Amino acid sequence: MAECIVIRVNGHAISVRDGITVAVALLQADELHFRTSVTGEPRAPLCGMGICFECRVTINGHTHARSCQILVREGMQVVT
Amino acid sequence: MIVVVGAGPAGIAAALRAQECGARVTVVDDNPAPGGQIWRGDSNVWLTRFRASGIPFIASARVITGDAQAQTLLVETPEGARKLTWDKLIIAAGSRELFLPFPGWTLPGVFGAGGLQALAKSGLSVADKTVVIGGTGPLLLAVAAYLRQHGAHVKLIAEQASPAGLAGFAKELLRNPNKLLQGVALARHIAGSPYVTNCWIESATGQGRLEAVTLRQGRRTWTERCDFAAIGYGLVPDNELATFLMNSPNVVIAGTGELNLAILEGEIAGFTVAGYPERALGLYGKREKAHRFATALQHTFALRHELKSLPRPDTIVCRCEDVTFGLLCEFPNSRAAKLHTRCGMGPCQGRICGPAAEFLFGWNPGSLRPPLFPAKIGSLMPATTE
Repeated sequence: MAECIVIRVNGHAISVRDGITVAVALLQADELHFRTSVTGEPRAPLCGMGICFECRVTINGHTHARSCQILVREGMQVVT
Repeated sequence: MIVVVGAGPAGIAAALRAQECGARVTVVDDNPAPGGQIWRGDSNVWLTRFRASGIPFIASARVITGDAQAQTLLVETPEGARKLTWDKLIIAAGSRELFLPFPGWTLPGVFGAGGLQALAKSGLSVADKTVVIGGTGPLLLAVAAYLRQHGAHVKLIAEQASPAGLAGFAKELLRNPNKLLQGVALARHIAGSPYVTNCWIESATGQGRLEAVTLRQGRRTWTERCDFAAIGYGLVPDNELATFLMNSPNVVIAGTGELNLAILEGEIAGFTVAGYPERALGLYGKREKAHRFATALQHTFALRHELKSLPRPDTIVCRCEDVTFGLLCEFPNSRAAKLHTRCGMGPCQGRICGPAAEFLFGWNPGSLRPPLFPAKIGSLMPATTE
């Protein structure tokens, strides 16, 4: 079984399985507000394959990162 | 050097066949691992061979643009931009799902059908989640089976096609014993989840996240509470790069949304591009058969016109720029809509709303210009050629 690692989501430490994507880590933590649309709606992943850009979050200071295409790393800082 | 874009079934088959012929091959893919969507997280003969082949694999690489004259490709990777030079380019970019806008489709918890499966394959636990699946095509059944096997409670599968259309498809299945067996296996896995034809999801509701969907079958409408909705109306080829480069004689395009066809086209592309087209001769007949099956699929699961009436004036069509259906109705074509509303100008570059607008309004997709994906300014600066 894959080991667990710790990432921070909006400042809160959560333990997640290594090898999963950031999008999966957020959904697993019941975080469904990934980004806010230009008119203020909450949005979460749609396509799950890097096309729709609805899963964009800030990862380690990099904005507009597609969380469904990026694997979690120990100590990663994710801001939705 | 042969560069293959896409490490799904077509790309992997192409790369392996070209390598067999002695060609030097490199594969690039947007995902962190090879397999594409259908083989995401799987292990099979092709993937095992690919991993053992020693073929260089550039993961998490977005193709920003290509140059048909200079025969280069600009890709953005987590380590920075790279310029790849190719003698032959095989584009096996695969497909994405077709999404049709309906009230509430932007709520968190509404996923693509393949989208939710992709997330589940990437590690999302769906155990004890209540899911309603809707849309069209055999993918819905595959997704239902997968989610059920992983503990989800699939309340219902809403298939927009009519039973008469499906009967025609059943005949086609009888001509393809392998497909028939797959179908029987699927049917076993989805037993217990009603498969409702002539039926579609009309709206989704919830406070900040999905709580329920309303379904329609004929005159009857009803509501089902659910955690997730998984909705897909078929596949659209990811043909942006192909459209951009197709005038080059050294570019070959392979693969579609159907697995067998994708593998066969990949193999044919690999042999041909590596200079051994005669090795592919035995594959054309099979390709013809696979193509016939794919065409039958398209025919069976053609979209009904009622789906064009799903969006209300305030329903968002372009999710990147939040452009509503009502606003788009004021324009005669995609170009006018784009200029006035920014429809299709967000980060997805119209990949989601473009095919939706094509279905809703009959609009042709607008012109295509690089960068084909949003890129960092630094990536567009002159990169080192490899």
